[in-house]
Amino acid sequence: MNIDINFIGILIGAIMASSVPLILAASGELITERSGVLNLGVEGMMIIGAISGFALMVITDNLFFAIIGSMLSGLLLSFIFGFLTQSLITNHVATGLALTIFGIGLSAMIGKDFVGIPGKEFPLLLVNLKERIPFFGPIFFGHSVIFYFAFLLPFVTNYFLKKTKIGLIVRAVGDSPISASNQGINVLLVRYCCILYGGAMCGLAGAYLSLIYTPQWIENMTAGRGWIALALVVFATWSPIKVLIGAIVFGGITILQLHMQAMGIRIPVQFLSALPYIMTIVVLVIISRDSRKIKLNTPTSLGQMFYKEK
Amino acid sequence: MIKIEKRNEAPNSIYFLTPVLAIFLTLISGALIFFILGFKPLEALKFFFITPISDLYGLSELLIKATPLCLIAIGLSFCFKSNNWNIGAEGQLTFGGIVGGGVALLFYNHDGFYVLPSIILAGAIGGMVFAMIPAILKVYFNTNEILVSLMLVYVSKLLLDYLVVGPWSNPEGFNFPETRQFSESARLPILIEGLRIHAGIFIALISVFLAWIVLYKTYLGFQIKVSGLSLKTAKYAGYKGKTMILLVFMVSGACAGLAGVGEITGPIGQLHRMISPDYGFTAIIVAFLGRLNPIGIVFASLIVALTYLGAETAQIFLQVPKYTGQVFQGMILFFLLASDFLIFFKIKFLGFKKYEY
Repeated sequence: MNIDINFIGILIGAIMASSVPLILAASGELITERSGVLNLGVEGMMIIGAISGFALMVITDNLFFAIIGSMLSGLLLSFIFGFLTQSLITNHVATGLALTIFGIGLSAMIGKDFVGIPGKEFPLLLVNLKERIPFFGPIFFGHSVIFYFAFLLPFVTNYFLKKTKIGLIVRAVGDSPISASNQGINVLLVRYCCILYGGAMCGLAGAYLSLIYTPQWIENMTAGRGWIALALVVFATWSPIKVLIGAIVFGGITILQLHMQAMGIRIPVQFLSALPYIMTIVVLVIISRDSRKIKLNTPTSLGQMFYKEK
Repeated sequence: MIKIEKRNEAPNSIYFLTPVLAIFLTLISGALIFFILGFKPLEALKFFFITPISDLYGLSELLIKATPLCLIAIGLSFCFKSNNWNIGAEGQLTFGGIVGGGVALLFYNHDGFYVLPSIILAGAIGGMVFAMIPAILKVYFNTNEILVSLMLVYVSKLLLDYLVVGPWSNPEGFNFPETRQFSESARLPILIEGLRIHAGIFIALISVFLAWIVLYKTYLGFQIKVSGLSLKTAKYAGYKGKTMILLVFMVSGACAGLAGVGEITGPIGQLHRMISPDYGFTAIIVAFLGRLNPIGIVFASLIVALTYLGAETAQIFLQVPKYTGQVFQGMILFFLLASDFLIFFKIKFLGFKKYEY
């Protein structure tokens, strides 16, 4: 068997494409968590983004509306979470779970008339370069706008958190909401913004799935990616660049198991499909073992309720 | 004008009234959602919540669905009370079902009294062992139990899929993804002729009773509650935190495992891909709606079971997707958590005064 260099390029391109929804959702959740809020509703917000984006694309035939709509729908859902956890001071874990269950149900209700409708073609950039340049072509060209945005996002997020004043405020709120509040920072406002941003990114991640990755609507089509994105944030120890690396590793496992299935390797399909989930556990164990390392970037107030006597 | 004050102590009645308020608000919002999606709201609610339980068959179906929910939620209440977030009960249910189902297939065509008890025991042990994975990783490797228990749900479902498609599939089954039908001796007895209600309900009721005794009448129950309220206090009092974590996970895993065997030896009678319509996840809502109290959980499981039945009825009569039940389940939890605000805070209406300068 001679190895085709172009095939490896296509493979790497596919791995990167499959990591896009994970990068988007995890980067969004990372900002939310850095402000001290643990939103377990990622899966629910992604699936709502997926159906909203798909439905708007079918109805309006307008790419812009579809993308903005998916982000808005994720944002709206995260607003419910924000209102409950921040204004009504509910438990983050329980509220996030409710959001996921609610989101999956609502998406199926909205999407019942969209099952089986073929998706519209999504314009890809620089397709001619993809075919002309061997190896590098399929890696870097012929992708969607969201693809390039996703690969830029972790770097922007990193810069935002480390170098900007607002980023510093977000981290301060996450590490010690009480001292931040005493410094005159409006903790609730900061946290609301971070929650809504996270929601919008999850919505976009969902839209990538239903518009580009597998352009159609299937009930429950996010298939646990939201939960993997949550795990990614932990195993990147809240660092945006490591989120990018982790997402690519995951995309790699997903694509490789698909190819192993296609090549007819004599391992049952189900064991290969279980690989990403088992890998998550293994990596979590390796990373969590060193508690100093994980505490370095962990927002100190993560998941805790904050109430300021008025 | 409204003023919000933190309460020091809430009246007891509010703990029971807020779930009622939550259910009421869920019904109103549900009607609104039905209206937006173009259904007649009152008619839709009737199909959802009244039609399914207006005959004996429906009531028996309600109890069948409430049984696993109640069992799992009882187990989860041990975890949640002590601040351990086991959200992978669905996986523990599936694994319990796999182990129990394996024993049932092993005893295929056996006709002894020992068959059913060994299946049930195997299921409980299976669920327990599976729940030990996140517990051990949490205790010894400091790993987040939420993520681990959840990832294991997918693993167990894929394992079940592999077994029913591959090695355990029915040899005379024309390659359908299912095992043989279990023998009569491996099935839970039916309680009422002509209905599907089975003896699993007694397993659930016994667990409710045992849980009530352990949680409210023993020192262990007290320890569990204290570690939930304040880990520091628990450490100061010298409670063995690690043992406690392992223990609550074992209890909740065993309960979920029992729910799993209850399903396969009860209404299903074999193993196939879909042995649970996400009972393990929905039970989280049941546990909260029941205020982590065994008696409360019994009522909560009946109410939430109705959302399952209602979704099935509404699917037939109104062509809404079966996931509609989840919308109601999510909303119940939203409103319940929101109404908890009334427990921690007092809202004072100060009347409408004109500003005086």
